[in-house]
Amino acid sequence: MGMRKVAVVGAGMTKFMRRAQETGRELAHYASKMALDSSEMTLDDMDCVALGTAPDAFDGVHMKGEYLSDGAGAWRKPYMRSYVGGGTGVFAAIQGWYHVASGLFDTCLVVCEEKMSSCRPHPQGAFLTIFDHTTERPLKPNLVWIFALEMNRYMTVHGLEKKDIARVAVKNKRNALDHPCAQVAADITVEDVLNSEVLAWPVQRLDISPTSDGAVAVVLAAEHVAKRITDKPVWIRGVGWSLDSSYWTNRDLYYPKYVEYAARMAYDMAGIKEPRKEIHIVEPYDPFDYKELHHLEGLLLADKGQAPRLTAEGVTARDGNMPVCPSGGLLGVGNPIAAAGLMKVSEIFWQLRGEAGKRQVPGKPRTGLAQAWGDLMQVGCVVILGI
Amino acid sequence: MSANIETFPGTSLSQADFDEGKILTTHWRPKLDYGWDAGVAISRYLAELKNGCIIGTKCRRCRRIVVPPRMVCEWCWEPTDEWVYLEDTGIVNTFSTCYILWDASRVKEPQLPAVIEIDGASKGAGILHLLDEVDPKDVRIGMKVKAVWKPAEERTGSITDIKYFKPVESNGTIQRPVQVAPSEI
Amino acid sequence: MRNVAIVGVGYSGFRSITPDMSYKELMYEAAAKAYEDAGVDPRRDVESFVSVAEDFNEGTSIFDEYVPDQIGAVLKPVHTISGEGIHGLIAAYMQVLTGAMDIVMVEAHSKASNILNLSDVVAYAMDPIYNRPLGANPLFIAGMEMNRYLYETGTTEEQCAQVVVKNRGNSFLNPSAAYGASLSMDAVMNSELISYPLKRLEISSHADGAIVMVLASGDVAEELADLPIWIGGVGWCNDTPSLETRDWEGAIYARKSAEMAYRMAGIRNPRMEIDLAEIDDTFAYKELQHMEALGLCREGEAGFLVEEGATELDGELPVNPSGGSLGVGHLLDASGLARVLEIVLQLRGEAGRRQLMDVETGLAFGWRSIPTTSGAAVVLSI
Repeated sequence: MGMRKVAVVGAGMTKFMRRAQETGRELAHYASKMALDSSEMTLDDMDCVALGTAPDAFDGVHMKGEYLSDGAGAWRKPYMRSYVGGGTGVFAAIQGWYHVASGLFDTCLVVCEEKMSSCRPHPQGAFLTIFDHTTERPLKPNLVWIFALEMNRYMTVHGLEKKDIARVAVKNKRNALDHPCAQVAADITVEDVLNSEVLAWPVQRLDISPTSDGAVAVVLAAEHVAKRITDKPVWIRGVGWSLDSSYWTNRDLYYPKYVEYAARMAYDMAGIKEPRKEIHIVEPYDPFDYKELHHLEGLLLADKGQAPRLTAEGVTARDGNMPVCPSGGLLGVGNPIAAAGLMKVSEIFWQLRGEAGKRQVPGKPRTGLAQAWGDLMQVGCVVILGI
Repeated sequence: MSANIETFPGTSLSQADFDEGKILTTHWRPKLDYGWDAGVAISRYLAELKNGCIIGTKCRRCRRIVVPPRMVCEWCWEPTDEWVYLEDTGIVNTFSTCYILWDASRVKEPQLPAVIEIDGASKGAGILHLLDEVDPKDVRIGMKVKAVWKPAEERTGSITDIKYFKPVESNGTIQRPVQVAPSEI
Repeated sequence: MRNVAIVGVGYSGFRSITPDMSYKELMYEAAAKAYEDAGVDPRRDVESFVSVAEDFNEGTSIFDEYVPDQIGAVLKPVHTISGEGIHGLIAAYMQVLTGAMDIVMVEAHSKASNILNLSDVVAYAMDPIYNRPLGANPLFIAGMEMNRYLYETGTTEEQCAQVVVKNRGNSFLNPSAAYGASLSMDAVMNSELISYPLKRLEISSHADGAIVMVLASGDVAEELADLPIWIGGVGWCNDTPSLETRDWEGAIYARKSAEMAYRMAGIRNPRMEIDLAEIDDTFAYKELQHMEALGLCREGEAGFLVEEGATELDGELPVNPSGGSLGVGHLLDASGLARVLEIVLQLRGEAGRRQLMDVETGLAFGWRSIPTTSGAAVVLSI
């Protein structure tokens, strides 16, 4: 296509924690410093900074991007904050991509941060304000409603049972035991999930990821710089994003059309014609266990309603034919909203370079896909990385 | 890289650290008050709710009738200034039985949020509301429901002028929903 | 590098209140006009959509949820930039530069009238540990900076007041402006002291409105527009948000933004090569401070220029012919796009009674207002 090639050359992250002592700025700094050190570059080498962070209501600061800028290394640099709700983590990488692919810059530091624990009485409460202020908020909706409504629709349309879905929570939490930053890694069984507290049927406690504090950063570089820094640059082969209508009650929630549109845009750019063969590792957004399945279908990596079968058959295990969430995902590592998406991008980066330690998927994978989701069952952001 | 790193940064605190006073904190309760202009479409919606009616708008190109009403069809990019009165009955598109409130506190009596496709609007056009006067175990996707309104003198022009929706007839069948195909561009 | 131009603009407003329209309807009006101006169908032709918004300015978290429907962007690439309107324009510009898309739009709006306690919202942007607990009205930040600016440059309070007289006078000729007024210097100087030395009439009042612009690459731009307005250069920069460690003079974020934009546009002598400037004047002194930081004059010279009338409509370097935020109304983060809008209209010859003669190159600069040190610049030409 004649577009400038951009590579990920470094990554860093903090632990994901229920409540961190560090401020948002400090978390952002830790992750950025680690990403720079890992690529043996300094802040001076960064031409610009792109920050991704989700609702300001969590950190409790209006124009949170400004407040965090120092921690993200943006002092006296071109700096921009992008925001697409939960999709932000993967979108920040896309924003960094267009900074460098535009030709205006050769390097970009992409930082994602979230400090949910500042929000009282519970970070969950901030989600009241994502609903329409006039037609929905007077009903005092809570975030779990909308997931439960979607999960119920998905299960009913495809005739699924909870156990078909619970397997994802088991897989991911177990995968996360090998992730040094994991907040809620655990060895649980399907029975544990089915017996856990019902929050909003069909959503139960162990179906969901926790609220978290954390930060992740990656370093992007244009081709000529990437090749100088490392002999294992991980190329951004394709990007895609799509936002569906805010009138979510007018849409059939059983299928995430916006994920399909985002995936098609990314596959097109990457020249991928048979994703099921050409994508070797997948990190879809999994804030709830059923979302991993929902998204795999939207990414065209499983037929509609068939993703649970792939899980049951072990296809999506770390040593399966198509490993899904080898990191442990949000269900196992944690969910500091924006940072979680960038954690998935970083996981693909480390996996493709063979640097994922105990989480390494076998077989020398060459192409991986990270996807994040957000808003009112609305946005899909996809990044395809390859070596 | 992560194979080589032993420890990752971050200091985790527990609730006990706060309760026992080991952590210094600052608190701020923000004063954030907004008065949102409802605009043309939603003002009419609210006014009709006060009248005990549900109103939608129709797109003259794709012929979709949608609710809540809006001034432009998001599919066709056509103005939708044709108003259509809808029924106050509908079918349940999806629902949940919820034991937690917006601030994560628990309740014994569950709430029943649902998306209700409103009769008279296009297939799939629904609104968010609550169900009541029904045993949670008996709620089904495809169930027919009717709005229960506040008495006229208590209505203020709000979505809560409808207290909840309740079942009209309960034959307990599960209907296979048909996906709504949006107008292609 | 591809050439990118603005091929369509549309706006709704600007008025101090807009009770008849929701934010969605304001956005729809601006978008419909912009697409009509550009001759594009958003469902078919526009490939990416950038919206500029901050949650607490809207009263809704994850505000990007509510964007796509009324701008024709459903199931298309949409994202929000939480930044200045010009940051959004630059994000759209960069996407076209990648070559992945040819037509991209940017949107920004203000519903300031719906924020019932705006100063509390602004205070909420201050550092929660070091600054907020002091409980001071955030306007003190502007007062302190103005104080330092006058001290460093020798600019007088009268010269700052003159900016108000000029800009609100210009707005009389601007049919979209909310605050056209014929003020005397005395009226401004005698207005209530808000935070020494900043006076009430030196603070721009807020207005509601929405602005949409459509960008297109080279050949596509030529096809779509009779007179594409080419983006010659862009620059943006953040200084520190910290009140304690920042440099209180010089608007360094503006200087660095301009340096980057001029370098890209090949401008060596901005005073000579820029024909008109639309630059942030949220507070009257800011217009002068920004003029100097943007290299349009020497440090300390801006006050003299406004005093002499050099920056009036008939002066040698018209600044804020639209009336700026003081005259048009402060549109929160959409203010920068209002600055760009005026440049586009002037370069196209569509500025009515404010029309300047022989203008080919313009500079627009936006600042995110207190407590930030965040700004962005764009150089446009025909």
